Amino acid sequence: MTNELIDFVLVSVALLGIGIYGLSVKRNAIRMLFAVEIIINAANLNLVAFGRFLPHSGGQTLALFSIAIAAAEVAVGLSLIIVAYRMYQNIDIADFRNLKG
Amino acid sequence: MADAIFLALSVITIGSAIAALEMRSLIYGSIALMGTLGGIAGFFLLLDSPFVAMFQLAVYVGSIAVLILFTVMLVKRELIFKKVEDKRRKFVGIALMLVFMVALGSIIMNSGIKTITTDEPAVDFRNIGADFLTYYWPALILMALILTGSVTGALILARREDVENDQRTD
Repeated sequence: MTNELIDFVLVSVALLGIGIYGLSVKRNAIRMLFAVEIIINAANLNLVAFGRFLPHSGGQTLALFSIAIAAAEVAVGLSLIIVAYRMYQNIDIADFRNLKG
Repeated sequence: MADAIFLALSVITIGSAIAALEMRSLIYGSIALMGTLGGIAGFFLLLDSPFVAMFQLAVYVGSIAVLILFTVMLVKRELIFKKVEDKRRKFVGIALMLVFMVALGSIIMNSGIKTITTDEPAVDFRNIGADFLTYYWPALILMALILTGSVTGALILARREDVENDQRTD
């Protein structure tokens, strides 16, 4: 292995930072979902990298579980966005303020 | 030290992650998100875990990105291209991102992670299958139930009640 663990962890930190930027700046609901996806992928990269370097099979197993749960989360999130779009005719989260209680 | 393939993959991954958030059109943004997810699959291949890489390609690039593309196409045309954000908030967001990256990066660079290297062979994917069916079987069943429940819930949520009696005549 020519690549070391620190390289993968630093890429993961960069992706996490980009995801946090997207979550805090963007007001488009679909773009916020993109940011959540990027953060989840950074976490999966960390899991697999640490599992490779320890080495232990638990990292890959946990990454597979995480990918499957992320698929479920995206399905529910997108259908919630579609419902909110149908109610407000917009995907700007500033318009979703009435969604309380 | 990192080799050339790693550097190319990280440039593709991080660049398309920025592009996914900053592209004007949501359609191009979701295609750039596909680039990020594919780049992560490449990292998994570099880490000697081809099974997770194939799973990532099948689930993320194959289904989630396509699902996002179809949702984007359901939205009105002018909303796809509209970009609402104020400048001050953007600067604060960039500052937050930089602070986060520098702080976490310096913590990690000063920790013991830097010295970890390995010469041991990679984990065989047959071990993962054995793990799934022996130690993790309750979690596997629970995951299947969660996936079924959430997909059914998504279908029920996105259903339209107002076209129920609208039978097509032709």
